Amino acid sequence: MSKNDILIKINQLYKIFGHNSIEALDLVKDGMGKDELLEKSNCVLGLNNINLDINRAKIQVIMGLSGSGKSTLIRHLNRLIEPTSGEILVNNEDIISLSPKQLVQFRQNNMSMVFQKFALFPHKTVLHNVGYGLAIQNIAKDEWIEKATRWISRVGLDGYEFYYPGQLSGGMQQRVGLARALSTDAEILLMDEAFSALDPLIRSEMQNILLDLQNELHKTIIFITHDLDEALKIGDRIAILKDGSMVQDSGPQEIIMNPADDYVSDFIKDINRARVIEVRSIMTPTSTKSTGPVAQESMVLEDILQIMSKDPSKPVTIENSKGKITGKIEIGNLIEGMKRPKSQGTNITG
Amino acid sequence: MITTSNRGGDHFFNEGFLMMDWFFKFPDMSRSDLREFKKSVDFAFTDFSRTYGENIENFFEPLLMFLVSFEKFFINTPWPFIVLGMLIFAWIGSRSILIVIGTFLSFMLIGYFGMWEDTMSTLAIILVATFLCISIGIPVGIAMARSNKVQATIVPILDIMQTIPSFVYLIPVVMLLGIGKVPGLIAVCIYAIPPIVRLTNLGIRLVDKDILEASDSFGANYWQKLFGVQIPLALPTIFAGVNQTIMMALAMVVIASMIGVKGLGLPVLQAVSNQYLALGLMNGLAIVVLAIIFDRVTQKFGLRMQKYRNNGKD
Repeated sequence: MSKNDILIKINQLYKIFGHNSIEALDLVKDGMGKDELLEKSNCVLGLNNINLDINRAKIQVIMGLSGSGKSTLIRHLNRLIEPTSGEILVNNEDIISLSPKQLVQFRQNNMSMVFQKFALFPHKTVLHNVGYGLAIQNIAKDEWIEKATRWISRVGLDGYEFYYPGQLSGGMQQRVGLARALSTDAEILLMDEAFSALDPLIRSEMQNILLDLQNELHKTIIFITHDLDEALKIGDRIAILKDGSMVQDSGPQEIIMNPADDYVSDFIKDINRARVIEVRSIMTPTSTKSTGPVAQESMVLEDILQIMSKDPSKPVTIENSKGKITGKIEIGNLIEGMKRPKSQGTNITG
Repeated sequence: MITTSNRGGDHFFNEGFLMMDWFFKFPDMSRSDLREFKKSVDFAFTDFSRTYGENIENFFEPLLMFLVSFEKFFINTPWPFIVLGMLIFAWIGSRSILIVIGTFLSFMLIGYFGMWEDTMSTLAIILVATFLCISIGIPVGIAMARSNKVQATIVPILDIMQTIPSFVYLIPVVMLLGIGKVPGLIAVCIYAIPPIVRLTNLGIRLVDKDILEASDSFGANYWQKLFGVQIPLALPTIFAGVNQTIMMALAMVVIASMIGVKGLGLPVLQAVSNQYLALGLMNGLAIVVLAIIFDRVTQKFGLRMQKYRNNGKD
């Protein structure tokens, strides 16, 4: 990926909660862990040396268990939380050094946010909620109402303009949250466990809405979740946090095939590998066609199994989206691919 | 000195202990010192009130004019208009026909028993006091919600205002301003303002952090957050404060009448000193009736303001 495509660059970001955060910072830089720090200086380690490049127009997922610092990290991007040290560059501009006035401008124009518990304004109608980001920029009322109405309809809530959030179901409320975030036309969309509070069916529906919108809008989305299925479904890249440190940052296939350590292995162990691993991750590269059937390289193993089941002895030829042959796969490779890998951190056996 | 030792029994205490009479009698200031101290405070305040009393009185002149014209308006307006006005107020506030009927009957009875004029005076002072309390109390409450230091400073002051016996602060007020409507009004306000201040502060502080975060994330500034999110969401709590302020102002009416405020308190005071049971009961009940009307109307209004909270499907 060329350098121009990086929109957000996080460099050596530390966050320590507590009174002696500056002193504690030195301890952390010398390698002190979260528990020891809490005991010694009564400070909580929020983020520990985070370095992350986020690509323009992609969905960057940040994953981790509760308390791993993912919500803290996303709140640094619009400075709802101030870092202890480090820099965050957006379009090569360090947002940590923005003055309060510039920060307000930055939040109004460059970033918007969707919240886990929706955080809609209960005393405002759907229309006023969606138009909020515009209204506080002192945009003419006709103009923001027109825009807000358009976004309400885009997320499928026509006719609900004058309802209050309390009158809507959870899924509908989060659509309002999404529309509110989109209405300001900000380039960057922060989503803090945006779908975690929804039930599975609605969550899946919201994920599809998001992917649909993304196909059209090409926003840079930072999406926080603790759900690996969700991460794999929508993420272009996935970063995994543990105790405030970043453990792995790579593409979804890479996470499944090569987990960086036991923590990541633990994350992926319950995943249905046949349904998420794409065949290109495990195929044997070749450019010659073999006798068997042909499949697309973006197909998941489950689909390949279906194709292969007709004649398991024959290898399947794999081609890319342009019809060029890129590899082949045999039944043995498939079985190998289903097996859970050991993490890279521990010694690999077998 | 020896005599004090008898309290413990001679056989128990040795000579050294006998010297410790401070142990049995609090080592207080001598009487003459105390007298001097009180005198100096009194004189200092008398001096202060002699020098600045007139200025202070002038300062409160507009308030007096306001109160007097308000009272005149209530007394001079023909009673059917006042009753009609009260009914409209009750309807707009409560949207309850029951409360409107109750208000109508109450005012008819008050008038029939000859308490119309006193009731109008009381109504005037209550409304002016409430107006004053709201216009001072809400900004103070907002300042408290904004800063913990301000809160830490004001809370003890409110505690004093609420617990100090009213008669105690009547003394300096009367020394400064003499007997009359304004000192009465000030006394009522001192007593009635704490709830509105406290509940404004509380209401703003109770606004959901997530919602404030959302407001921040869209780049709202302090005033946009305050007027667009915090105050609207705190309004039901603030209104509970207004309700309490009105109730406490009504409770002060009798005490205020001791320093020359006309109204329903005065006959109660006469009744107490002359043991007129009927007079006391009638005027006392009139105060109760006013209190109930104001309470119900403002409470219903407060409830209606948070209607959006209670109609969720989930």
